[in-house]
Amino acid sequence: MTEYLIALATIVGIQVLLTLGLNFHYGITGLVNFGHVAFYALGAYASALLTLAGVPFLVAMGAGVGVAVLASLLLGTATLRLGEDYFAILTLGFSEFVRLLLLNARELTRGALGIPGIPRPWRGLGGVPDHIMYLGLVLIAVGVAFALCEVLARSPLGRTLRAIRDDEQAAMALGKDVLRFRLTSLGWGAGLAAVAGSLWAHYVTYVVPDQFTPEITFYTWMAMIIGGPGSTRGALWGTAILVAVLEGTRFAKDVMPMIDEPRLAALRQVAIGLGLILMTVYVRKLGGRSRPRVAPATVSG
Amino acid sequence: MPPFLAVEDLTKSFGGLRAVDRCSLEVREGTITGLIGPNGAGKTTLFNLLTGFHRPDGGRVRFRGDDITGLPAHKVFRRGICRTFQIPREFKDLSVLENLMVVAPDQAGERLWVPWLQPGRVRRDETRLRERAMVVLEQVGLARLAGEPAWTLSGGQKKLLELARTLMAEPALLMLDEPGAGVNPTQMKELTRYIQWLAAERGVTILLIEHDMDLVMAICNPVIVLSEGRPLAEGPPDIIRKDPRVLSAYLGARHA
Repeated sequence: MTEYLIALATIVGIQVLLTLGLNFHYGITGLVNFGHVAFYALGAYASALLTLAGVPFLVAMGAGVGVAVLASLLLGTATLRLGEDYFAILTLGFSEFVRLLLLNARELTRGALGIPGIPRPWRGLGGVPDHIMYLGLVLIAVGVAFALCEVLARSPLGRTLRAIRDDEQAAMALGKDVLRFRLTSLGWGAGLAAVAGSLWAHYVTYVVPDQFTPEITFYTWMAMIIGGPGSTRGALWGTAILVAVLEGTRFAKDVMPMIDEPRLAALRQVAIGLGLILMTVYVRKLGGRSRPRVAPATVSG
Repeated sequence: MPPFLAVEDLTKSFGGLRAVDRCSLEVREGTITGLIGPNGAGKTTLFNLLTGFHRPDGGRVRFRGDDITGLPAHKVFRRGICRTFQIPREFKDLSVLENLMVVAPDQAGERLWVPWLQPGRVRRDETRLRERAMVVLEQVGLARLAGEPAWTLSGGQKKLLELARTLMAEPALLMLDEPGAGVNPTQMKELTRYIQWLAAERGVTILLIEHDMDLVMAICNPVIVLSEGRPLAEGPPDIIRKDPRVLSAYLGARHA
């Protein structure tokens, strides 16, 4: 059971990084990114391939981030001018393009066979059990990412991004280079997703294109919506609730032994859907946007 | 000396409609210039052309001697031209104070790494910026609402907020698109006084579109009448008011 909880915490941590990135895109900047999984996949594959080629883990992860950020900037430059709905569709298309690319570039990625044997970093270091060690690594990544996101959200950059989200035209009229700001946001969120991808690849030690379907993107959207878009803290517990609902339904058969397996599997899907709807309706009200609490300055005279 | 703002043969069509048609006019420095005309005369389109929201099909715009034709909106702003919109465009989920603080150009803290690496610098900038924003909010009478989200403001307050926002930019030319629309009579008086104060005390040149003739006649000189995409008449308000061409443009030829 402890093993299971540690595994669960690791998965939540990795998913939190994805949610933090998407929250920056949508919650703070208003970018409807339906292709978040693409940056996750690029981070995972780049990191996996480079590590297997002998590159140290952190360098490989950094390269994964570089690839994902570069891809996001190219995608953004090409599509951000087109308007919100086009951007949404094109990001979705881009994520499928990335998945099909990974599936078909067999010389590099082994296609549908996937890449096995991705090493976990610092295995056995200091005698700490492997899975605890890795959870520690994930938690450090989450802690750093959370702190960086929180600082940005409350900074002048965060304020300008929220202004662009609220009214793009007014922001333009007030001198903001909207495209440049959106690219900054896109790149930062994509980088976080790539870190998540790298951590995922080295955790499960096996990547295959099937792991990177749009489902990941939409689960991330759910986590963000449950936590409340725009709230950095909400990204944490929104993700925790999402994973709890997804995983918790596995234990339904302990509670309801009278239902047979196939029915239970179907019921589980129903329960997940229902649970997410209820969570979204009732829980998100608790979350607020993370906005700086600015007290009016006192003015003399 | 080159003219402050010079528009030469500016043209813009939407489909078959010539919204602005070889329009030429000048705005002199230090004036409050009124832009009036019947609905569909091309006033807002002209604003959009001058501020980079539309690209002209032809013609030139020169501001203080520089060609600014077709520059994107954020670059027009950099040249010292700031505008408001007919329908208020407040940043609704930002506080009133934040709405003003956004405006400061080139904030160090707007770069990705500066908030992480130089938090002290960002904090100092923010303190200074907040004080400056509070001064402006005091001036327009919105100081007590500084911490409120902008969406909670009334229509008239949103108009004032937009005006306050432009002042953070310290523009050389302020372009107001119907500043009086949706403003109640009391606020209207304040607004009028405030616009005059800006021109007289702060040296801001103002170009404003307005349908409220009382406002136009009270503070604008000269007044430019736009009709069918180009200027029909220009002059002091009391002359314009009696100009038969203007009356016919507004009321139709038979009444002239």
